Amino acid sequence: MSQIRPLFKREFLGYFRSPVAYVFLIAFLLISVSLAFSRYGNFFKAGTASLETYFLFFPWLFMFIVPAVGMRLWSEEKRSGTVELLFTLPVTTLEAVLGKFLAGWAFLTLAVLLSFPMALTVAFLGDPDWGIIASTYLGAILMAGAYLGVCALTSALTKNQVISFVLSLAACAMLVFLGLSSFTTTLESFLPVGIADVVSNFSFVTHFDAFTKGIIDPKNVAFFLSLIGFTLFLNVVALER
Amino acid sequence: MIEVKGLVKTYGNKRAVDGITFTVKRGEILGFLGPNGAGKSTTMKMITGFIRPDAGTAIVGGIDVAVDPVGVKRQLGYLPESAPAYPEMTVEEFLRFIAEIRGFRATGEKRARVEHVLRLTHLTSVRTQTIETLSKGYKQRVGFAQALIHNPPALVLDEPTDGLDPNQKNEVRTLIRSMAAEKAVILSTHILEEVEAICTRVIIIASGRIVADETPSALRARQPGARLDEIFRTLTT
Ligand SMILES: Nc1ncnc2c1ncn2[C@@H]1O[C@H](COP(=O)(O)OP(=O)(O)O)[C@@H](O)[C@H]1O
Ligand SMILES: [Mg+2]
Repeated sequence: MSQIRPLFKREFLGYFRSPVAYVFLIAFLLISVSLAFSRYGNFFKAGTASLETYFLFFPWLFMFIVPAVGMRLWSEEKRSGTVELLFTLPVTTLEAVLGKFLAGWAFLTLAVLLSFPMALTVAFLGDPDWGIIASTYLGAILMAGAYLGVCALTSALTKNQVISFVLSLAACAMLVFLGLSSFTTTLESFLPVGIADVVSNFSFVTHFDAFTKGIIDPKNVAFFLSLIGFTLFLNVVALER
Repeated sequence: MIEVKGLVKTYGNKRAVDGITFTVKRGEILGFLGPNGAGKSTTMKMITGFIRPDAGTAIVGGIDVAVDPVGVKRQLGYLPESAPAYPEMTVEEFLRFIAEIRGFRATGEKRARVEHVLRLTHLTSVRTQTIETLSKGYKQRVGFAQALIHNPPALVLDEPTDGLDPNQKNEVRTLIRSMAAEKAVILSTHILEEVEAICTRVIIIASGRIVADETPSALRARQPGARLDEIFRTLTT
């Protein structure tokens, strides 16, 4: 497992070796902030000193933004042939999967934390509940990890980054839409209510919502963590195939 | 040092490698010769543990690649065909990364390793250049440097002189010869003179099978007076 460190380091610093990382971070901040201030977000009209409207869009924003980070994880290695180099170095598939995943997750965490000035703005304007802000950040980071797990897996299935991006986007969209009430209703129209419940229970929105209300429910934490575990397991399987 | 036993690999309904068996001892330089598509790269990928064989196995330094692939990878230096490397890294960054993965974590030791291979492969002048900006010859040297950094007892080199100019080819051959005394080396090529120039033994494969396994002089003696490429053609068609 000590092999994870150099793999992590190479991958994480790799984001900053090209302008892509900076473009990504700036785009993420611009989009997330402007969504919050848009008429859908009502950041000001909400009239409360909270980040709720800011984080409201995160499940949707992540749906596009995490595939952009995740698509290159394995596709790029396969396309350029470096996957042959990587897997003839003394590392196990699990170590490689973990090193890469953790690097991508750290990068996404950085993106999420760069929104902290928003929290400071809110603190300046009013008296926010720091507990809620902390739990929301935790939820956002966990959710980013779960999205990334899905994207890392789809990235391992193809050497084409565009296909990888589209596959990831589709998979992530599924995980968001499952939670929409209209979608759930549709499901209930042809599935037994019990099954529809289980299916909609897989939605990221449902699990993320509690965090934005200041509730750290072990069930929600476990949901994201087990989804990460499961996708990483499949990632190893897909690479060893 | 390297023992290859009955390797088989099938892609779809095509046998890429069809029962290849040989051994390479320390001090030997084995030339792996064959036309394009004969199965050279596929065999090497199975020896180095990158792909799993359908049958057979390879044993490197007493370790079976099917049982302990990471153990085999530790003992091998491998230069894959077309020398892949992370293009956005500088030569130095890349070699430092390889050194860390190869277990040289202490700063001094890591630096010493990197400096040594930089000098050995004449890369000092481009050390701070990113790999994507290097010419083919320099890229190949980076692949070489990467394979040598841990001074492995066994080397597997897939077309190490491919795409190099005559001077560079000569340089690489000199380098291989200078290291060969205490290593087991397999190198693939489709250049016949290369085999005569540096190999102690030659294996010719065609359509995934060994059609000759002997010394270069024995190969020449097959048809006295004939040119090497004529002998090669007779064997592989
Ligand atoms: N990943 C693959 N999928 C399908 N066929 C392959 C694959 N890799 C190699 N082959 C086929 O196996 C044969 C041997 O290829 P290779 O080992 O690369 O030959 P060489 O290195 O001797 O030129 C070729 O016919 C090639 O087309
Ligand atoms: Mg080849």
